Amino acid sequence: MPVFNQSRSRVIQFIFAGVFIAITGQLINLQLFSSKYKLAADNNAFYRKVIYPDRGIIFDRKKRGILENTISYDLVVIPSEARATDTATLCRLLNIDTATYKKRMRDLIFKNTSVKPSVFEALLTQEMFAKLNENMYRFPGFSLNERSVRTYPYNVGAAILGYMAEVDTGYLRRHKDEGYEMGDYFGSTGLENTYEKVLMGQRGIKRFIRDNKGRLQGSWENGAYDTAAIAGQNLYSSIDVELQQLGEKLMENKVGSIVAIDPQTGGIICMVSAPTYNPNYLTGNQRKKHLVEMLYFDPRLPLLNRTLSTAYSPGSTFKTFVGIVGMAEGAIDDQMTVSCGGAYHGCGRPMGCHAKGTFTLKPAISKSCNSYFAVSFRRILDHKKYTDRNQALSVFNDYAHSFGLGSRLGVDLPSERNGFIPGPEVYHRKFGKNWQSCNIISNSIGQGEILTNLTQVANVMAIIANKGWYYTPHLIDSIEGGDQLGLLDKYRVKHKTKEVPEYVWEEVHEGMQGTMEFGTGFYAKVPGINVCGKTGTVENQYRGEKLKDHAFFGAFAPRENPRIAIAVMCENAGYGATSAAPIASLLIEKYLKDSITGNDRKAKVEQLANMNLIPPQMKRQMVQRDSLRQAQQLAAAKKAARDTSGVEEAPEETEPDSSGTPNKPQPAKKGTKKDTANKVALLPEEQRKTNIKRKTTA
Amino acid sequence: MNRRNHQIATQGVDYLVIWLYAILVGIGILCIFMVEYRPGTDWFTSFLNGKTNYSKQLIFAGVCAIAATFILLTDSKLFTAFANLFYLFGILLMLATFVLGKNINGSKSWIPLVGGFNLQPAELCKIFAALALAKFLSRQEVDFSKIRSQLIAGAITLSPAVLSILQHELGLALVYTSFLIAMYREGLPAQILIIGSSFGVLVIATLILEPNVLAIILTVIAAVVIFLLRKQIKKKRKLLTIIITIWLICVGVQRFVVPYIFNNVLECYQSTRIYSMVGKEYDCSENRKAQDKTNTNKPVRKPDDYNVRQSKIAIGSGGFFGRGFLKGTQTRGKYVPEQHTDFIFTSLGEAFGFVGCFIFLLIYLFLLYRIVRIAERQRSTFSRVYAYSVVSILFFHIAVNVSMTIGLFPIVGIPLPLISYGGSSLLTFTALIFILLRLDADRQMVLR
Repeated sequence: MPVFNQSRSRVIQFIFAGVFIAITGQLINLQLFSSKYKLAADNNAFYRKVIYPDRGIIFDRKKRGILENTISYDLVVIPSEARATDTATLCRLLNIDTATYKKRMRDLIFKNTSVKPSVFEALLTQEMFAKLNENMYRFPGFSLNERSVRTYPYNVGAAILGYMAEVDTGYLRRHKDEGYEMGDYFGSTGLENTYEKVLMGQRGIKRFIRDNKGRLQGSWENGAYDTAAIAGQNLYSSIDVELQQLGEKLMENKVGSIVAIDPQTGGIICMVSAPTYNPNYLTGNQRKKHLVEMLYFDPRLPLLNRTLSTAYSPGSTFKTFVGIVGMAEGAIDDQMTVSCGGAYHGCGRPMGCHAKGTFTLKPAISKSCNSYFAVSFRRILDHKKYTDRNQALSVFNDYAHSFGLGSRLGVDLPSERNGFIPGPEVYHRKFGKNWQSCNIISNSIGQGEILTNLTQVANVMAIIANKGWYYTPHLIDSIEGGDQLGLLDKYRVKHKTKEVPEYVWEEVHEGMQGTMEFGTGFYAKVPGINVCGKTGTVENQYRGEKLKDHAFFGAFAPRENPRIAIAVMCENAGYGATSAAPIASLLIEKYLKDSITGNDRKAKVEQLANMNLIPPQMKRQMVQRDSLRQAQQLAAAKKAARDTSGVEEAPEETEPDSSGTPNKPQPAKKGTKKDTANKVALLPEEQRKTNIKRKTTA
Repeated sequence: MNRRNHQIATQGVDYLVIWLYAILVGIGILCIFMVEYRPGTDWFTSFLNGKTNYSKQLIFAGVCAIAATFILLTDSKLFTAFANLFYLFGILLMLATFVLGKNINGSKSWIPLVGGFNLQPAELCKIFAALALAKFLSRQEVDFSKIRSQLIAGAITLSPAVLSILQHELGLALVYTSFLIAMYREGLPAQILIIGSSFGVLVIATLILEPNVLAIILTVIAAVVIFLLRKQIKKKRKLLTIIITIWLICVGVQRFVVPYIFNNVLECYQSTRIYSMVGKEYDCSENRKAQDKTNTNKPVRKPDDYNVRQSKIAIGSGGFFGRGFLKGTQTRGKYVPEQHTDFIFTSLGEAFGFVGCFIFLLIYLFLLYRIVRIAERQRSTFSRVYAYSVVSILFFHIAVNVSMTIGLFPIVGIPLPLISYGGSSLLTFTALIFILLRLDADRQMVLR
């Protein structure tokens, strides 16, 4: 019995203990001192799903929803389960070929693996959804997932309601702590943008457990740590959707804008920027295509909100303001008369005029006499009570600023332009220290350097209607569930203009009423309502070429108890009385009487709607664009006829200028066509190919 | 007769070990249940269906209980008498796998049995090798201090290992090295263990350090040793030659032998696993076997340390108290590959945290110490050698398996004794332990 090695039993036990201690040490290291493993485990296993709440609805003043949510469907596929799918039928229903199907599948598997659900076709049309829904049993692995999208039930208000867009890296950087993620949508323009924080609601988070292949295994702890999504708050706007519809109808085939304000509240009743577009174009799966088309290929720039983002010379509508300041400062009085023989000669170069005769303030406003206001303006600037013209102009500008001119009003829409009321320093620079009132005489009739946006003009009308006060024009009156962020506070502040005596307002009202009764706005009379209005005709030029005048019209009604102040503007429409004024009058009638009565008035609506006042330079560009497209297609068809067999596979993306908008049958000028035909020949190879394909598949 | 048998069977049996055994098997089934469990499924019916791994493991446990009872009912003389025959049978069985073998997970070491179960002879062979070693060392004419007996003992234990390597079961082959511990107890010179561990340290140092840095360090160590021993060296010139020879061997190993082993002997994935253990990346393009594969145009999939990473994540995420029973996210998400077999420790680590792991390891340690104590109380060499073989095998399995899940050892396919899913493994350890218990119960008898 050899027992001489018994001590080695101890050694073996020591080895056991040593290894045990080493393992324990590593366990301590892993489990107690390394937080990274816990983190890595969470990254592995948790899938954080953002639950999107319904966005808030925007209602008009009569509680009709003008921007709502609707359910749209995505066709979602789990590629690994879709092997038994009836591919041919699916492709037929989706109008794609099997090659496209295979390519998409490949891409999805590459991007998102074959075991996770991916969107195969987003935002199906109603028709497509119905067709697919009937046949879903044939497509194992495919499913229809609903999601909420925005819809505009009245198809109006594109410029003011705005649209949603996918967040980009820049947006994410600017809004770091607001919980946006790549792939989210945010309000990009219009009210969607201004009230994004209110409309978006609060996102919910659900935590799921996922396995090693990314498949969800159920919720974590039965949802104990999940947060619920809170729907966005609804907004009540001051828009009158019927008036908006009528306004957009009247502005068809025109370039311009309308702003109508309720002078009592500052609420905007109607805000049209023409040409407009159907806002639903920017919600479906064709969104990108439509957007590109309007953004880059329509020379009329339908995405530009002309009520705020464009500044014009206000023209004669500015004269009322000059009159008010003149009277208030005592530079003129109601007895002062100016006679005009067709032009103002006081400053050497004659300034043309529409009316002849001798005028006091009232008829001067009614007849829009240039000479009268030129004299008034000069009298203000040269008045003895000021030390010099600089001071006089500063006082004049103080009035202007108190009327909301020269800087942003603060309308609750993005991208409002300042406008421009030039101060004395501007003229110092331009004309030297001793500038004369004659240097800036154009300003007296709203030309020259003065720039306003149309909302400012409408707001001036509201101020005149209110006799000296206004609320900042705004679209949203109230927020359901309270305005926690104080977004509407600034619209509750009553702004007062510089002191203007009561009788001045009366004089101006009188003059503006005269406009409608016997003056320049005669054709825009509204039967049975005392409207106060002022026409405007603005000279303008584009790239040095003098264009037809812009037509302006500002008004408020009824005179006794003003409920609507309106400004209408038609670009290059010529004399204000024939287009802008009648549009305003119809809108006033519609708003005050709730409908347009009388057959001749109804006929007027149609007549105005059909009146084509697209500025000629834009028309030219449109024709050019259309004929370019035609020529491309012609060349493509010719080439396709020559070698159809040569075309292999079309790129998936459609060219932005594809046949989305119908080709207007504009007679193309021979010269342009020849030009563009030559250009077509120089198109890069790639582009030509796609054109061919379009033709052949069409 | 029956009564007498009963008395014999229960007399002197170490119940503590049986309890520890039962606890560990119970923990094992619970762990497998944790791995398989999916919320929402009716686990009870699936349990009764017998299709799930935990119900299968329970069946295995039942079979093992029967086997254990049989072993306890046998006469301990049986094992001494048939030790060599068993060994021969085991070797034949292993050879048979080359003919009848079934390919499971890339290793052709399984023999298909009836009912869809498979047997891994290499597992069973551990028992037979332990018995054969015990038999050999207990022979009176064997003097283990002689080189010849040492070589024979080595051959007994290493032949199954060689067969395992041929079956691509490196892990199982490594287990047979654990017999060194048993042999050490019986008088194997300690130098062999020291040289072996020194070689291990040198290999790891080669992996961690830059070749030149290591060479300088080795030279400095040699210089220091020569300086310290300068008086002895003056007396004995031979000592200097020994030191210089050792130094040369060390540098040669780190310079040429280690790279040669990694590039030419080991497979690409094995080298990668060893490198990943020390947190380094192995360039497979230097591996000759991988090069051969590329030459034959087979796509070489670059193996990575996914297993270890996920295993460490699962254990690390347990924290101090763990996520709780059935609440482990990594276990539920099947992030750890082979979690019900080789990586079963991860489910425990995630669910019960450091506390659970520590208690679990204490149970193991307690079992090991208990077996060592049993071994030391044996009167017969056969029983003692066998007991030490059992404890060595257990220790090697536990140490290597747990170490590999926590990143202390490269990944080799070694199951965690009594815990990992698998009938062969459970049956082997049951047999190992209960044969020991039978021998221990008869420790008053003198066995040869």
